[in-house]
Amino acid sequence: METFSLVGYRTLLIKELREAWRTSRLPVTLIVFFILGTLSPLAAHYTPELLKGAVGSGITITSAAPTLKDAIMQYIKNVGGDGFLIAIVLAMGSVAREKERGTVAFLLTKPVSRLAFLAAKFTALLITLGLGMLVATVAAYGYTVYFFGATSALAFAAMALLILLSLTAYLALTFLASALTRSTVAAASLGFAAWLVLALLGVSPQLLPNTPNGLTDPAQALALGATPQHLAQPIIATCALIVVALAITLFAFSRQEPAATQA
Amino acid sequence: MTSAIHCEGLTRRYGAVTALDALSLDVPQGAIFGLLGPNGAGKTTLAHLLTGLARPTAGRATVAGYDIATGGVALRKRISVLEQQPNYYTWMKGRELLEFTGQLFGLRGAALRSRVDEVLATTGLSDAANRGIGGYSGGMRQRLGLAQALMNRPEVLFLDEPASALDPAGRYEILQSIADLHAQATVFMSTHILADVERICDHVAILDHGKLIVAATVADLQERYARPTYEIELEPHQTEGLATLEALLRAEPWAESVTQRQDTLRVGVRDTHAASYALAPLCARAGVALARLERGRPSLEEIFLRLTEEPRTQTAAQTPTQEVS
Repeated sequence: METFSLVGYRTLLIKELREAWRTSRLPVTLIVFFILGTLSPLAAHYTPELLKGAVGSGITITSAAPTLKDAIMQYIKNVGGDGFLIAIVLAMGSVAREKERGTVAFLLTKPVSRLAFLAAKFTALLITLGLGMLVATVAAYGYTVYFFGATSALAFAAMALLILLSLTAYLALTFLASALTRSTVAAASLGFAAWLVLALLGVSPQLLPNTPNGLTDPAQALALGATPQHLAQPIIATCALIVVALAITLFAFSRQEPAATQA
Repeated sequence: MTSAIHCEGLTRRYGAVTALDALSLDVPQGAIFGLLGPNGAGKTTLAHLLTGLARPTAGRATVAGYDIATGGVALRKRISVLEQQPNYYTWMKGRELLEFTGQLFGLRGAALRSRVDEVLATTGLSDAANRGIGGYSGGMRQRLGLAQALMNRPEVLFLDEPASALDPAGRYEILQSIADLHAQATVFMSTHILADVERICDHVAILDHGKLIVAATVADLQERYARPTYEIELEPHQTEGLATLEALLRAEPWAESVTQRQDTLRVGVRDTHAASYALAPLCARAGVALARLERGRPSLEEIFLRLTEEPRTQTAAQTPTQEVS
């Protein structure tokens, strides 16, 4: 059954990755994530000194010496907090742009399945996001060790994986929006709306563990070597959200006539 | 003859609008088929249905022996499509697009490179192969579109206005390339440029308001819709002979009308067969020197205008479902 066939996946994935590189999407993502990752321990380390310098010599500011926890929190704030915007920007045009520029008809009349078309696109997005997270995490870990002393690389990696999972949820939701609409702007708006809804749901302590934002606390706990209060619940909920979003994407796109016009 | 394309009651509605209305049609294998129709006639809808870009509301169709509803990848391996306004990845070079297309059809290595070189040469793009598509002119994009459509040696090639964006020289080259496909592939070309159809198509159908008006070979269509006329042009300065010949013609039972314009008589006939035997002896009897004697054939444009301007109900009653073979 063609719905579940992956004919053309490899060729399409290579094309997606080359496109990400040649259109500078991948290099720019890596640079932005590198900056976010590097800034996290730097900000934690230098913020007290910057504050002292900013207020002048007449006022005394007393602040505790920056710690590993500050660096971890800064990483989560920078990479997790701003990363959702990068996820939305990456995914908003993935399908909608093909419709906008009319290349979707070229691809869908070739021997490729729609699942392969979507899977190649989502894999390329995930690779781009994953590489970005890798760059951010390696940079952040290096500076964290330099400024705050040795810490477990495994714990740092576990934190990064949970943040990546959280960002993947926004990637999947915006990917769905991109498949449903014919415009990148509309897809971005829907992706942002999804983030807003999940952020509002997360205000409730009962609902927070059932949202991607609920991964933040366990991520921090793991990085600091503590036992997270909720770990399985936000992981399962986020994975379920991703799977449902991708399933709806496939269902909707399989029924679409993305290139058809009434003529 | 086997049909490369077979449609039975193919219908597509968009809400209250019927874009294609119970179309039944057969296109024989190896034909160069021209689908004519005014804007909004349903040409693009039909092409989209046959290439899997849209689904029919009712009816069924097969292309290259595969049902369009279930053919899927197997069907798409055997067809190619050139859209009216082809859009490709502007970050790619021409050669890269063709390599990408070939890879989608399973070509690899030397076979891929050789086929790319071949279609680049066929479409006159060899010199521009390593230039970015973003810098291609409209005509070059159209030729690149044809090149990518030829990559898989399709059994059925769908072309939507393939020459509309080209200058006369480019148009000639593209049409020649399409004509060269005769017997290698079935070409389904939708267009509103009648001269292109007249030049290269051997079969034609006319669509209007989603309905099939007529489908036939070009020769049959001209025969069927010919208003049988003969033109007799005399050498100059034969006023007396011209009057004699006109009188003789008017006396013939097969002559329906005789009109004179300068040195030419245009004779409308009831019986083509009788007229074709009698005309030359009549000219001899009138003692006139002939410059030209020929049977007038209507142009496709005349037929098209006549059919699309006639009340559709009348035409439909005259020409129901057509077999083109």
